[in-house]
Amino acid sequence: MEPTTKTETLDIEGMTCASCASFVEKSLTRTPGVQRAMVNFATEKATIDYLPTQATPATLKEAVIKAGYGVTERTPDTSAADRQAEIDQQKALAYTKLKRRFWVATVLAIVIMPLSMLMLWPAMMARVNMQWLNYGLLVLTLPVLLYSGREFYTSAWNGFKHRAANMDTLIAVGTGAAFLYSLAATVVPGWFMRQGIMPEVYYDTTATIIALILLGKVLELRAKTQTSAAIKALMGLQAKTARVVRPDGQEVDVPIEQVQLNDLIVVRPGEKVATDGVIEEGHSAVDEAMLTGESLPVEKKTGDPVFGATLNKTGSFRFRVTKVGVDTMLSQIVKLVEDAQGSRAPIQRLADKVSAIFVPTVVVIAILTFVLWFDLAPVEARLPLALVNFVAVLIIACPCALGLATPTAIMVSTGKGAEHGVLIRNAEALEKAHQVNTVLLDKTGTITRGEPAVTDFVPAEGQDAAQLLQVVAAVERQSEHPLAEAVVRYADAQAATAIAATGFQAIEGKGAQASVNGQAVLIGNFRLLDEAGISLSPLVRRQADELLGQAKTVLYIAVGGKAAGVIGVADTVRETSAVAIKRLQSMGLEVVMMTGDNPQTAAQVAGQVGIKRYFAEVLPADKAGKVKELQAEGRIVAMVGDGINDAPALAQADIGLAMGGGTDVAMEAAGITLMRSDLQGVVTAIELSRQTIRTIKQNLFFAFIYNTLGIPIAAGLLYPFFGILLSPMLAAGAMALSSVSVLTNSLRLRSFSPAKN
Amino acid sequence: MDSSEIIVTLTGLALSAFVIWYFFFSTRQTASAVSTSSGVQEVDITVKGGYSPDVIEVERGKPVQLSFYRDEENSCSEELLMPDFSIRRDLPAFKTTLVELLPQQAGTFTFTCGMGMLRGSLVVK
Ligand SMILES: [Cu+2]
Repeated sequence: MEPTTKTETLDIEGMTCASCASFVEKSLTRTPGVQRAMVNFATEKATIDYLPTQATPATLKEAVIKAGYGVTERTPDTSAADRQAEIDQQKALAYTKLKRRFWVATVLAIVIMPLSMLMLWPAMMARVNMQWLNYGLLVLTLPVLLYSGREFYTSAWNGFKHRAANMDTLIAVGTGAAFLYSLAATVVPGWFMRQGIMPEVYYDTTATIIALILLGKVLELRAKTQTSAAIKALMGLQAKTARVVRPDGQEVDVPIEQVQLNDLIVVRPGEKVATDGVIEEGHSAVDEAMLTGESLPVEKKTGDPVFGATLNKTGSFRFRVTKVGVDTMLSQIVKLVEDAQGSRAPIQRLADKVSAIFVPTVVVIAILTFVLWFDLAPVEARLPLALVNFVAVLIIACPCALGLATPTAIMVSTGKGAEHGVLIRNAEALEKAHQVNTVLLDKTGTITRGEPAVTDFVPAEGQDAAQLLQVVAAVERQSEHPLAEAVVRYADAQAATAIAATGFQAIEGKGAQASVNGQAVLIGNFRLLDEAGISLSPLVRRQADELLGQAKTVLYIAVGGKAAGVIGVADTVRETSAVAIKRLQSMGLEVVMMTGDNPQTAAQVAGQVGIKRYFAEVLPADKAGKVKELQAEGRIVAMVGDGINDAPALAQADIGLAMGGGTDVAMEAAGITLMRSDLQGVVTAIELSRQTIRTIKQNLFFAFIYNTLGIPIAAGLLYPFFGILLSPMLAAGAMALSSVSVLTNSLRLRSFSPAKN
Repeated sequence: MDSSEIIVTLTGLALSAFVIWYFFFSTRQTASAVSTSSGVQEVDITVKGGYSPDVIEVERGKPVQLSFYRDEENSCSEELLMPDFSIRRDLPAFKTTLVELLPQQAGTFTFTCGMGMLRGSLVVK
């Protein structure tokens, strides 16, 4: 039987060159049992096929160590924060280096410039030896080229080997050509003289271009770090420690990484909630603005969920950990925003196509510019003119601005959205949202709170309202029915005194009965009272009919065998709904409502919030169909919903917005998730989308116009008509400005704030 | 036209033709992923003025692990973008960065640097 081989991958430490890799490889190959060993210097990995009967991972490791190198133990993924810290550190270092290179180039360019001007001054020219001056300039330019500009040349060369051309290619070829020409003019001026050409040098051009482009890069890097500021701020919100209650009751501070599921954690006033969980003891007001964008603190009591990174304001409480690490709400948000920042907006497609062919095309244009100038210009000036225009074309045509136009705007706006509780799934969603002209709202849970609330409490004649409420609440406190909960909430809000009820009994489909203060109490629908033989007084009957007319649910109360009053319960409209809908309408959007309720209720709610068109009695299964119906009218529809049964409609819509506290399924189907539960988030999302797309369009316009005008001018198109030539130094200044201005424009999105009503 | 003009013209045209051929029409390096025993398709990619290899073939439905080793400090290549997979990653210089993804659909998906200049593609079969 063929012996089976095993494969092992080792991370090798300490290799400094390609020959090191071959040492390790040889050492491994010579180890008994090894059939094949491959060492990759670049990835610092060795892949070894071996016979497990003769060798073990330990002997393989030994062989590596014998060759003089080390083996890194594979560690589980370092935390995202650590990795980010390392990347940040490296970026800071790169920035420092870049600044140093910029200053060296600038100082030297400042010296080189006036020295080059000397020859424009006839009196000086007579005294200075041209030959020596040129050599002096050469010596001053070399450090600019070899130190400050080195990266351009290595990058261009590396790119060339890969048949890839980037912006550095243009800069390297441009400055390289100017430098080589000058070098020739310095070393063999006689040859130029014999051709009838003045041996002019362009050291000042070379040095200044490099200095200016480095300036552009410094500014660019500084601005770029700001584009991801929002997401960094979000990551920085994570609490560092948590106060865990040990089983013996002792409280200890532990690093957040050590917190485990089901730990009990104490949070005091003013402290951050360490991670996600459910309150077991205590109550408080918690500021969740960092997650939801909602600035009002939220009341939390036993059984309520709390989220990591939110701020505990007033009370102290204990909660049981339900999620840690990457599963927490904060991590999910960070992940979602990061994903969105990595996605591509359809609007970018054109820019993508252009930048793929941009650099080689510019090189060809530059070569043709050179040829044309050489052929058409007067003989004595043709070489310098051809060269200057060749360099100008290369330098001005940096595609940086084009490449930065879309991604920087997306970066800033997705981060900004998260700050306001608007999570954008991808750039496409952001782009789609600005085209929307119709907003379809699912009534329950978006316009309304999605839970019943007491709207009317009407005691019968001769009943004391406060006392009746006490009695009613006493019964309902023992019930688990949603309507009963609404009554209890109402009683609590009215600060009704809690009294006791005995002999509680729920009557399926009708209501409940219990005894309070020795009197029998019945609360439920009409049938409950009817079957107990209790009749309503004409006044109570009239009031009940009125409530029913308003499409409310009516609860009937009987105390001691007599009708004592009615309660109207309805799903109430959020205070913010009408304002937000008005705002959407003033933005030119038509707002349409759909609901499973009867036409009466639908009309009532629609009228209350100013909606003209609505669909009533829509079955959950038909919701997506209504979206299609609107789309068939040629509308671009944004669907706002919050439940599982909204998912198909959210997916069918041109853009789906899942509303806060929404289920994962709904979030999955939606392009945008709103963390806070009111319609203001819809306004914010659409406004942000509109502003972002406007910024991107400005950026793209700017980048395209700059290149389409810049290149012909640099090529000398204006010369025959106006005698205008673009100096390569001016071209360098313009190119540095272009990317910086695109970035600055994108950063303006940081000041976005949704319209307050 | 004097002789130097003819020389410059011909050289210019030849250079232009070379540039066009070299960057657009020459054949590129293709690499297929190596599947490990655990079914992960692994590919090592070196980033230095471009991606090598820059065309990577993988199979659909199996996890792919791309190891990007960035062998330069040049700022152009510091970000990696794979828009079809919603991936934006910083590639630290002289370090290996792992990028994991699961291609569900066949097709050609480009990946680029942050500014879209360096390009490679993932061919899912
Ligand atoms: Cu660039």
